[in-house]
Amino acid sequence: MTPLYTSTDHFTIIPALMLVLFGCGILLFDFLVFPDPRQRKWLLLFVVLAEGFAGYGLVRQQTYLAVNGITAITGFQGSVTIDGFGIFYNWIFVAAAVIVAIVSYKYLEIAGEHHGEYYGLILFAQAGMYFLATGTDLITLFVGLELMALCFYIMVGFLRSDKRSNEAAIKYLLLGAFSSGFLVYGFSLMYGIAGSTKLSAVSAAIAARPAWDPVVFLALTTTSVGLLFKISAVPFHMWAPDAYEGAPTTVTAYLSVASKAASIAFLLRIFLGPLAAARDVWEPFLAVIAVATLTLGNLAAINQTNIKRLLAYSSISHAGYMLLGLVAGNQTGINGIAVYVMVYTFMNLGAFLVVVALRRAHIIGEDLDDFSGLMQKSPGYAILMLIFLLSLAGIPPTAGFLGKYYIFLSLIQTGHYVLAVIATLYVAVAIYYYFKIVRSMFIRESTEPAPLATSFGLHVALAVSGVLTLAIGIYPEPFLRLAQTSLLR
Amino acid sequence: MHPITTVHYLALSAALLLIGTVGVLTRRNIVIILMSIELILNAVNINLIAFSHALRSVDGQIFAIFVITDAVAEAAVGLGILIALFRNKETVQADEVDLLKW
Repeated sequence: MTPLYTSTDHFTIIPALMLVLFGCGILLFDFLVFPDPRQRKWLLLFVVLAEGFAGYGLVRQQTYLAVNGITAITGFQGSVTIDGFGIFYNWIFVAAAVIVAIVSYKYLEIAGEHHGEYYGLILFAQAGMYFLATGTDLITLFVGLELMALCFYIMVGFLRSDKRSNEAAIKYLLLGAFSSGFLVYGFSLMYGIAGSTKLSAVSAAIAARPAWDPVVFLALTTTSVGLLFKISAVPFHMWAPDAYEGAPTTVTAYLSVASKAASIAFLLRIFLGPLAAARDVWEPFLAVIAVATLTLGNLAAINQTNIKRLLAYSSISHAGYMLLGLVAGNQTGINGIAVYVMVYTFMNLGAFLVVVALRRAHIIGEDLDDFSGLMQKSPGYAILMLIFLLSLAGIPPTAGFLGKYYIFLSLIQTGHYVLAVIATLYVAVAIYYYFKIVRSMFIRESTEPAPLATSFGLHVALAVSGVLTLAIGIYPEPFLRLAQTSLLR
Repeated sequence: MHPITTVHYLALSAALLLIGTVGVLTRRNIVIILMSIELILNAVNINLIAFSHALRSVDGQIFAIFVITDAVAEAAVGLGILIALFRNKETVQADEVDLLKW
């Protein structure tokens, strides 16, 4: 009889345990100690503490790996695997959660929906992401995915009295539940193929079958539907613009960054694990989907006047670039995805943070016109936004260039010249619509005299995102080394 | 007499998946869409239990319990959001929920 809960098991889930414990603590404290809404911003301390403990757990796991010279620790009889890959993506979740939490209180106070549950949901969602990045068992991955998704459904609909928020939440929920139904159907077939829910067993069983085995093919397609939905790849992208536009902007920022990073980690775990043997089958499909994602994301963004919708389509196109790294599939490509996710986290968060500042008491502040004359009004914000947009477009010396560089390099190394050319052409399209915002900020006259809604948290978050967006672009060495640790061995 | 084999269960489950999918894609009432999603998850459960029985492995049954729990959580959150929507819009028809469009 193997023991049910060993100290190794405990060691592998410490960060998630901390997140869940503090999440529960927030729910309790909010209920018992802070009945006055104005005191609720103290709950932020819990989030910061939780992230501190979670980060400490990650550091301990990292040191353990380094000191013992091993590549992975497994817990719960192989259900959870702590390796460089999982730890790298978890650092991204920690960064995103902290940044989003510290900018949220002002925004939610203005929107009149500042509830303690919000901070709890951020932590619970992050616990789900933890298991998406570290899980190596179908059940663990499924539960992690659903924990993250359910928290996001609620957070997207957090502005209860706002029709657009309700609508975004119900659309996201219906499509999300539908797609995860397909995903778990694929999982059930994988279990049937392997007779075990462990990813390693599933990999071996799929590798033992012929490439075009119908059951494997069915499992592959249904699982892919769920995975591609989560990263908002075409044709499963319909939810993203609606959910991004209707959700509170802080939630949009979290959704576009952390949820996407977690889903990419999940996608890599599945496609480079169990489905690696069927590579010849899925590679052409994935190439077509990546190109379709780039095309739709970039072309649909051109005509948007709502900034959140524009950034939603732009984030769809970024998912296309990440998929191209998987299509290339060599070391450079997989490493390129890690670099891209890291870079995307800070530049995309930064862009959404500026949109957060535009939300004032009686101004929704989500239209392109709301950006007009920002340079005269608050030059600091305008210049930061310019940096984030340059980075999103992929112009050196910002970080975005580096992300795209490795993806393109991997495509050329593996001989996908056509894909590389198409991807490069779409950068030009992207520059066009990002510069619509820049033109609005720098050339147009201001139409709205009201000052931006700033707060201490927002300044810190913007400074961090801005500095990192520039630093990764100008001095990439340490960041590249960090991304290198994420290669699956 | 023909015994019921795993293939029969898998066919039933595939049929349920299809019915659920058609339901989600064609029905207008959000409550019925939620019910169709439950059908898909039940197709998964039948798959898991059939495999678990055929392979003499208990993992599938444990997985099924997690899927059932998830279905319940999803229904709870879904109906909660639907009630919030209904308070503001007085409708449960999916095609009348159309504020967000490009």
